[in-house]
Amino acid sequence: MKEAVIKTENLTKRFGDFIATNALTLEVYTGEIFGFLGANGAGKTTAMRMLCGLSIPSSGNATIAGYDVYRETERIKKNIGYMSQKFSLYEDLTVLENIRFFGGIYGLSDDEIARKSDALITQLGLQNEAKKLVSGLPLGWKQKLSFSVAVLHQPKIVFLDEPTGGVDPVTRRQFWNLIYDAAEKGVTVFVTTHYMDEAEYCNRVSIMVDGKIEALDTPHNLKKKFNAFSMDEVFYQLARGAQRAE
Amino acid sequence: MKQLRIFIRKEFAHVLRDRKTLLILFGMPVVQILIFGFALTNEVKNSKILVVDHARDIASQQLVAQIEASRYFEIEKTAWNQQQIERGFHEGQIKMAIVIPVNFGQELMHQNDVQVQLIADASDPNLATTLINYASSVIQDYQLQVNETTKIPYRIIPETRMLYNPQLKGAHNFVPGVMALVLMLVCVMMTAVSIVKEKEAGTMEILLVSPFKPILVILSKAIPYLLLSLVNVTSILLLSVFLLDLPVHGSIVLLFAESTLFIITCLSLGIFISVKTDSQQTAMLISLMGMLLPTILFSGFMFPIENMPVPLQILTNIIPAKWYYIIVKSIMIKGLGIASIWKETLILAGITVFLLVISIKSFKIRLA
Repeated sequence: MKEAVIKTENLTKRFGDFIATNALTLEVYTGEIFGFLGANGAGKTTAMRMLCGLSIPSSGNATIAGYDVYRETERIKKNIGYMSQKFSLYEDLTVLENIRFFGGIYGLSDDEIARKSDALITQLGLQNEAKKLVSGLPLGWKQKLSFSVAVLHQPKIVFLDEPTGGVDPVTRRQFWNLIYDAAEKGVTVFVTTHYMDEAEYCNRVSIMVDGKIEALDTPHNLKKKFNAFSMDEVFYQLARGAQRAE
Repeated sequence: MKQLRIFIRKEFAHVLRDRKTLLILFGMPVVQILIFGFALTNEVKNSKILVVDHARDIASQQLVAQIEASRYFEIEKTAWNQQQIERGFHEGQIKMAIVIPVNFGQELMHQNDVQVQLIADASDPNLATTLINYASSVIQDYQLQVNETTKIPYRIIPETRMLYNPQLKGAHNFVPGVMALVLMLVCVMMTAVSIVKEKEAGTMEILLVSPFKPILVILSKAIPYLLLSLVNVTSILLLSVFLLDLPVHGSIVLLFAESTLFIITCLSLGIFISVKTDSQQTAMLISLMGMLLPTILFSGFMFPIENMPVPLQILTNIIPAKWYYIIVKSIMIKGLGIASIWKETLILAGITVFLLVISIKSFKIRLA
């Protein structure tokens, strides 16, 4: 029996009459790479915000790393990492300062921060850039650094919101290697993306249309079910019926 | 606590690494003091005047000498007829003309009734009035000197005293104004921009997802600017004492306490703006137009509130800078203590609490 680290049941968020996320029910298992797909405006971001404890659900239940999204958001926050499309590093701080800052606000001790930043910089091969401002780094490196910072405090789950937007295929491939590394260490990865080749890298994917999950399975099974050659086709079949668009 | 320290250190790094911010932060108070102190002044000095002395006797020459000796006037030229006066005004060389009649000395001594004509260029009414007043007082002085020797039994001599500012120095008025202006600019704009910057960069999201409490985000944004603003207050006061010879008559401690209160008012305004806006440009625009302009117009620093229409006078009451301006003036110039300004302090504190509550509330709403 696999252990569910994210568990939602009819999780719903309404803004007035508008139902952004409609009765979301899913389970994500420890160490899994879970692809959370959907067109723009399908409700992915809203769902993700609820899972991160940033937004309180209108109805339904969810536990993240065993903690309740209504009552234990502070605990949830300690056990998750988050990275968005914007890379979210401070451009006017150095690589080392960024690592120290984010380590610091997650409450790591000075020793831990020193040890981890050394390890991280060696791992990413940033020895020469450690004392340089982040603004001078190439996009791909910023992105890798951003991911490494998001998992610095060894969260149980890391949420990635379109982490590879605007990056070239080679860098994207390298980035996914980092994701695999993290997953091997037991970190659960919850990732949204618009690249369907990336969807193929996931253990399982869900596809959201108009606030609801229309499909949830492994990429292999989904392709079989929709009689499609690629995830691209699967996605297109589901998403073209969407009423909402951004 | 340790997290807060780390966060505040990061904020200082942002400020100290950005040359432009640094320049605005520390250059602005100095520049403003210099501009207001030396360039923008309402005081009239060395105005060019023209003298038409028809009398050319001892008395008239004494009078002219006295006028020339005052620092207000500089005699551009002396003329002999009316046409030259007009030409002087047309060409804009002179601001005022003084015409002394024939037999000035004689009439002054024997008839007790002599007229001196003052003609001023009233295309700038304020300047014209000021010049006429200055000239009248110089003439009156002269008259008193003359009268000392020839005692006249009945006369009223008005004795004026300019309280708190006997030399009528403009600096007395503008230093408190500049303080309000600079604090408003630094605190409102800089805090608003620094928070919105995090929103734009996406780092705000990361902070909100982290276990770091939102209230601490606000606090660690506010504390660096509070400290930097106190540095600004200090530098303005040092400049005003050592450069403008304007001492602080009241309690320095009280002045700093009141400044801290006003800084907190501005910080909460800045936080409020940052919650409501999503781009740095908008935040800056709102801070400049929405905050700075009312401060300049309605704080009483540039334009006297007493002269405004009643609805505007009422409006000025919600401008925090107005109260701070009154407080600083009272402490610095009049040397008053808290007993005289507790009412203003209370109003300012009320506005601060109100702003603080709504800005923290709206920050939380954004999270839900």
